[in-house]
Amino acid sequence: MRYHQAVHDVSMLFEDCDKPPTEDSFDNTVGGRLPDTVLRKALDLPDLQERDVVKHFINLSQMNFGVDNGLYPLGSCTMKYNPKICDEIASWSSVGDIHPLQDPSTIQGALRLMYELEGFLCEIGGVDAVTLQPAAGAHGEFTGIHLVKAYHDSKGEKRREVIVPDTAHGTNPASAAMVGYDVLELPSKDGCVDVEALRSAVSKDTAAFMLTNPNTLGIFEKDVKEIAGVLHDAGALLYYDGANLNAIMGKTSPGKMDFDIVHFNLHKTFATPHGGGGPGAGPVGVKKKLEELLPVPRIAFKDGIYSLDYDRPKSIGKVRAFFGNYAVLVRAYVYIRMQGGKGLVSVSENAVLNSNYVKERLKEDFELPFQDLRKHEFVLSGRPLKAKGVRTLDFAKRLLDYGFHAPTIYFPLIVDEAIMIEPTETESKVTLDAFVDACKAIIKEDPAILKTAPHNTARKRLDEAKAARDMIFSWREYEKKLGQRSNSA
Amino acid sequence: MALSECSLDMIRYLKLKSVEELFRDIPIGVRIDGLRIPDGLNELELRRELEQMMSLNKPASSRPSFIGAGVYRHFIPAAVKTIVSRGEFITSYTPYQAEISQGMLQSLFEYQSFMAELTAMDVVNSSMYDASTALGEAVLMSHRISGGDKFLVSRAISPEKKAVADVYARGADIAIEQVGYDKQTGHVDLADLKVKMKEDVSGFYFESPNFLGPIETHADEIREIVGAKTMVVGVNPLSLALLRPPGEFGADIVIGDAQVLGSPMNLGGPMIGIFACRSEHVRKMPGRIIGMTTDTDGKRAYCMTLQTREQHIRRSKATSNICTNEALLALTTAAYLAVVGRSGLREIAAKNVENAGNLSAMINKIPGFKAPLFNSPHFNEFVVGSQLESKRIHQHLEKMDIEGGLILDRMFPELGHSALYATTEMHTEIDHERLVKSLEATQ
Repeated sequence: MRYHQAVHDVSMLFEDCDKPPTEDSFDNTVGGRLPDTVLRKALDLPDLQERDVVKHFINLSQMNFGVDNGLYPLGSCTMKYNPKICDEIASWSSVGDIHPLQDPSTIQGALRLMYELEGFLCEIGGVDAVTLQPAAGAHGEFTGIHLVKAYHDSKGEKRREVIVPDTAHGTNPASAAMVGYDVLELPSKDGCVDVEALRSAVSKDTAAFMLTNPNTLGIFEKDVKEIAGVLHDAGALLYYDGANLNAIMGKTSPGKMDFDIVHFNLHKTFATPHGGGGPGAGPVGVKKKLEELLPVPRIAFKDGIYSLDYDRPKSIGKVRAFFGNYAVLVRAYVYIRMQGGKGLVSVSENAVLNSNYVKERLKEDFELPFQDLRKHEFVLSGRPLKAKGVRTLDFAKRLLDYGFHAPTIYFPLIVDEAIMIEPTETESKVTLDAFVDACKAIIKEDPAILKTAPHNTARKRLDEAKAARDMIFSWREYEKKLGQRSNSA
Repeated sequence: MALSECSLDMIRYLKLKSVEELFRDIPIGVRIDGLRIPDGLNELELRRELEQMMSLNKPASSRPSFIGAGVYRHFIPAAVKTIVSRGEFITSYTPYQAEISQGMLQSLFEYQSFMAELTAMDVVNSSMYDASTALGEAVLMSHRISGGDKFLVSRAISPEKKAVADVYARGADIAIEQVGYDKQTGHVDLADLKVKMKEDVSGFYFESPNFLGPIETHADEIREIVGAKTMVVGVNPLSLALLRPPGEFGADIVIGDAQVLGSPMNLGGPMIGIFACRSEHVRKMPGRIIGMTTDTDGKRAYCMTLQTREQHIRRSKATSNICTNEALLALTTAAYLAVVGRSGLREIAAKNVENAGNLSAMINKIPGFKAPLFNSPHFNEFVVGSQLESKRIHQHLEKMDIEGGLILDRMFPELGHSALYATTEMHTEIDHERLVKSLEATQ
């Protein structure tokens, strides 16, 4: 075990600085341009030297673990290596120093990039049209379910229900609810959609069924055509959650599987860095019959000129201002051009190979519920550890001590003590073997070490219940709790 | 496909003949044979290709641009770029494993702290996608707080924002109604607000400075009229270096966009939606919140908290579906505010006020133009009224290699021929003079 994260005691910026003077000579009115009534009385922000600010954040960065630091097998999140050329190109001023409301004639390069990206995503997704506007995967779902609603509305039908499998990402039911749908969770059978149960659940009230394939267990839903048939026969739509697209590029596509709507997670499959929680991008693709409903504007191309088409009377409107997370779109475009069609196919092949290799090496040490063959990720059960009084959470925390980010845990909900591992295609066999060896070593360790893990990270195990109890969300609140500030300001 | 020796090792370990066998569970009927996408390029080829493609853009660095309307070009200190380019930050996921993610978690806590201070609000989440979606979420949250199936928004907001709020409201069967603005001042029309603020209304959204530039001078009266219902205020966080924060005039929810604090325009994305509220509403709030706690050694530490509001736990009963947000831009915002500091921020804000004041005065002297159109204090943006059709002015400016203000003729026909001009600390006197000379030439 050679990993040790840097441990710094970095005080807060607000603490690093003496209190600013309450009175100073600064002219808040800016030469009388602003009346006193609109001015603030005090501004309690720190004044620091650049030197100290850089030290502060660089030390903080050393207490953060990213893909650049090592393996990040966080299931469902596709934490692959992010090629640096994508970041560099996105930082050019010719790329980023442009305004969304500039005349379209002055952003022809950007419009071309987005138009071509839509085309690539159409090809990968097997769909006829794509909007790049949604800012994240969940936002793509929100957009997609609004398209579902608009589609049924256009037929004069009021359908009230969206069905999701019990293995679905939490965003699926949450997105459907935000668009006003009742959500029905369908129990799985052998880790897959129970087609007979689906058949009896589907009715004239069903608006859509949301599914990811491979599903969140990493199992390919073989009956997907039949599932699509059940939905379409009832006049409902089939929605593809693109979180697991990394498994199937060039092998099959959501469109080929008869999905009507699909969202893509560019920060997963297309290698754009996740930035500690965002930005992402969640473009949405649709089949022809739904194209007229897509958000405005649409990018049009005619006679060598790109333009913006707002004249779409049936459009659902806008889900986000402007064009979406353009700087993320740029990175994904560069990634796709870098891989090319053949490269993307081998991305999926290697992702699936790496996943099955790690699964095969670990399945005897844990439990592998359901069938053997997995796609880009797999879910183990940590149940065998329970006998030693060790929980999946303890195992996950101990992995951090070995310099590996933990897998996703306790999801999907149908697997007891779930450990969801997604190695991705960018990790070498050497790294995968080291990870497997660490997992095998950990389960033989003294349970006491696991239960108090992690030990080698910047902080020991956190008291998360205290955070919820204390409710300190800012320096301001912290000072109030300490009684150093009155409650009025 | 060419497999590496290591891949072949793994294939042998799995007792397979080829990697193709791993896809045997995909039924023949749904298979496709590869992708019709051109072959990959190497880094050098990519650079060449993208350089050529992007040379078709006219970036603001190449000529004066006076367009704002929610996305602004401000100066970004080099130290901010250095901080934000750290791979440990950029390539991390959402900090689910808090012990190994303290760097991002503390940075997000510091972002929340800065925003709480600027807005004078109790709780700030760790970001939304942008201000437009933050407004959409605020409409839904107002409904959770105050009930009622109507929500009022000021007419003086961006049509883009209004369009997004409409979609969010539609999903929850909430009707959005507009409240007019005073034609002289551009401020909220208090009489209209009084009439429309009925029992079935959950809340009211207005901005200061608003989309048309005026800084609201009747915030306390608005609070009184809104009464027990939810008051949502939109801000430009840079302006809060000088202006009275919404927490001081009783806002329940504050939204805005922090792109102005250290992030490039990037064609309007990513932006970073600010979302703040009063303590008593925190459990109804969307999005991730970072809280302070301790580890088992008693050391101060940070983690995501109050997650029982969120989709991965509450599923269809969650306050929102949002998970991925704009964390890296929250870090950027914190780094920017730390680098410029209290005095720097006030100077930048003051420079914006000064530039806008100077430019509008210069334009106002040109026959056939009126600037600012509204009789109000302004921050860094103002409406210019003109006798000539705005499109003709814009085309003339384009010929002079200037990006003029945003044309309002169609969005706000009641203003006659008009355009929205923004100026920041990036604009020099030479830029202003060039614009004014070009406008003079249209007469």
